[in-house]
Amino acid sequence: MDLNLNPDELKFRDELRVWLSANVPAPFAGRGGEEEKGEHFEYLRAWQKKVCDAGWAGISWPKEYGGRGARLIEQAIFTEEWARAEAPQLINVLGLSLIGPTIISVGTPEQKQRFLPKILSAEEIWCQGFSEPNAGSDVASLGTKAVLDGDHFVVNGQKIWTSLAHVADWCLLLVRTDPNVPKHKGITALLVDMHSPGVTVRPLRQMTGDSSFNEVFFDNVRVPVANVLGEVNKGWSTAITTLMNERAHLGTGIYVQFKRNLDLLLERSRQIKRGGKPVSEDPVIRQKIAQAYMELEIFRLTNTRALSKMHNQSVPGPEGSILKLQWSEYNQRFQQIAMEVLGPAAQLHGFDDGQWIFNYLRTRANTIEAGTSEIQRNIVAERVLGLPKSY
Amino acid sequence: MDFDLSKPQKLLQQSAREFFARACPPEKVRELMATGTAFDDALWRDMADQGWTGLIIPEEYGGLGLSLVDLIAVVEEMGRACLPGPFISTLWAASLIARAGSEGQRKQYLEPISMGEMKATVALLEESADWDLDAVSMRADKDGKSYRLRGRKEFVNDAAVADLIVVVARSGEDLVLLPVESGAAGLTITETPAIDATRKLYSLEFEDVEVPESSALAFTTRIREAVEEATETAMVALCAEMLGGMEWTLATTVEYARTRQQFDKPIGAYQAVQHQCADMFLMTESARSAIYYAAWAMSEKDPLAGLAGAVAKAYCSDAAREVGNRGVQVHGGIGFTWEHNLQLYYKRAKSSEILFGDAGYHRNAIARKVIDEVE
Ligand SMILES: Cc1cc2nc3c(=O)[nH]c(=O)nc-3n(C[C@H](O)[C@H](O)[C@H](O)COP(=O)(O)OP(=O)(O)OC[C@H]3O[C@@H](n4cnc5c(N)ncnc54)[C@H](O)[C@@H]3O)c2cc1C
Repeated sequence: MDLNLNPDELKFRDELRVWLSANVPAPFAGRGGEEEKGEHFEYLRAWQKKVCDAGWAGISWPKEYGGRGARLIEQAIFTEEWARAEAPQLINVLGLSLIGPTIISVGTPEQKQRFLPKILSAEEIWCQGFSEPNAGSDVASLGTKAVLDGDHFVVNGQKIWTSLAHVADWCLLLVRTDPNVPKHKGITALLVDMHSPGVTVRPLRQMTGDSSFNEVFFDNVRVPVANVLGEVNKGWSTAITTLMNERAHLGTGIYVQFKRNLDLLLERSRQIKRGGKPVSEDPVIRQKIAQAYMELEIFRLTNTRALSKMHNQSVPGPEGSILKLQWSEYNQRFQQIAMEVLGPAAQLHGFDDGQWIFNYLRTRANTIEAGTSEIQRNIVAERVLGLPKSY
Repeated sequence: MDFDLSKPQKLLQQSAREFFARACPPEKVRELMATGTAFDDALWRDMADQGWTGLIIPEEYGGLGLSLVDLIAVVEEMGRACLPGPFISTLWAASLIARAGSEGQRKQYLEPISMGEMKATVALLEESADWDLDAVSMRADKDGKSYRLRGRKEFVNDAAVADLIVVVARSGEDLVLLPVESGAAGLTITETPAIDATRKLYSLEFEDVEVPESSALAFTTRIREAVEEATETAMVALCAEMLGGMEWTLATTVEYARTRQQFDKPIGAYQAVQHQCADMFLMTESARSAIYYAAWAMSEKDPLAGLAGAVAKAYCSDAAREVGNRGVQVHGGIGFTWEHNLQLYYKRAKSSEILFGDAGYHRNAIARKVIDEVE
């Protein structure tokens, strides 16, 4: 056990710290939240371009594709520094956390060359086309079909809940290429140009009022065979790589956002008065804020621990499997606490630009997206604890 | 950076696990809890032979001079065995002596503690049962070259087996730390039977107990900080003990869920049961993150160590109890029996939740640090 940084790690941290202190932009005026909203989207895209030009995007990616070849430990340091500097998150989150790492592990040299640099610079935005109306938690039962026609696959079918599809240039799409074998064995992963003829995106409105996920329809969409990611009919293993990355890397960016929310709540708790005193002096509220601080801190520590374990032993340890549960359930509890701290004003769209009600509502999706809490608990019970399969 | 026990720490932990599995099986725990003091001298001496009674005591006083992280690696195993006896109490007192004692006092007390010849405890709480040092009100009045202790101390762990009791009292406005030897004239020790019979609690009555002024542990001007830091050391060790208990409960429960059949299936195939186990795992591993970090921060004298300790104890206090709750539930009727060993861990978790302050107490401490102390 040694959390001191070694000389290389210190050098990395100091360099990043210096760069951040000179380059972090003024905060975006407005609530932001769902990254893709117009101006905010452009603000974040410009930020990511700057980050990328300086070589700070995708730090754990190989150097030849614009990364830094940094190790997972540096990823952990990166997160802490990012939070400390209150730097905006990176916009191309699906590309950076899920799809890029999958291309790095199973992509061809041509695919890496073609796609990775533009993920880092946010020149091309990516989306993840896994879920379908009848294939959610059981995503392997998906029905979107792809049939080989010369050197192209022809894709027909529908995806749903596809985040960012309305702004995306590319999609990592799971399709069925062999319907006559067990469901996990007939799936292929395709890299699909969202501007191809036959792709129709229909935004879906969420309970927050925003539209950040979509239905996507594929009508005879032609995808070159060269865009198969991994092997034909081995798409399930490609998907697993993606889902593992989703689990391992999403935590990093999310901590940055959560820490900022907590700091803002602390500030508000000192400003808002009830009964003639700042709410931060209310003993019940203090208990709740302390509970939130504690839970977020434990998520940060577990995330660092998981990265350190993966780094030192090159396999994810069991603690990695609780991260998704920790952050999603923490955030739901935190946003509820925030509503209590802020009082009646919190429900107003005009208070803090409506970010608290937005966040409060948005957290409902946290325990659904990226694998529901029930599925996460099934995984812990069966894969980590070795209990018999329940289905 | 490495957020895990090192190889030597893992070896140390493994040898402790084997030691306690052999030297302190559940039958032994039950045997000891039925005695008046829950103490076994032979077991204590065996632990001393391993060096564990002096694990973090500097080598110059006969200890191993290891770090707090090394210590928690071993204490986790004591928790897994639900080890009875005054280990945490002695650690608390030793940590206090190390911080506030003179060179001579350190030699006088830490050497026999390292050797396993002396057990000790700290008498801090009073009727108010408040862990805040401001609540200490028992008088130690100056009388010539002596202090005279008058009053009661409550909730004192292991007092009947302690050879030395460090009393935290008040002289004028100041806190004083007075070592009182067992059998001192005017001291009456009465057991107050409590939920956890494996770690006994006592009420101490002081009727004019005389302590020479020169015996006071006063080799620092920062008495308050010394008490706080010593308490944090013992507290993070207690958290590690709680972690070991959680691990035992989780492993025992998962094993039961795998083998117990109902409706022609192992109950562990039902998600309602699986998810209880998954939550137990989540709480256990979350606790581990908090404890390892706190122990490391304390051993490095990190300025945020106090906050890290409060986070660890606040979390463990609720988690250890809750892991026990889920464990009993998954066991069904057998989990509610005297016969099943779950009860030993369940009760230990409750007494540990209270010792050094429960979750609410430590959330208050966190609130003071994160809400009030803004830079
Ligand atoms: C905001 C948001 C963004 C999203 N973005 C994307 C995206 O970009 N790309 C993408 O592909 N998908 C995306 N999703 C979809 C997401 O992955 C799915 O919603 C999720 O996998 C659950 O599928 P479902 O909605 O069909 O629910 P279902 O699978 O039908 O689940 C309904 C309920 O049944 C429970 N359940 C299902 N199976 C089991 C089981 N075996 N054991 C116990 N309980 C079970 C679930 O936990 C849940 O409570 C997004 C979802 C949300 C909310």
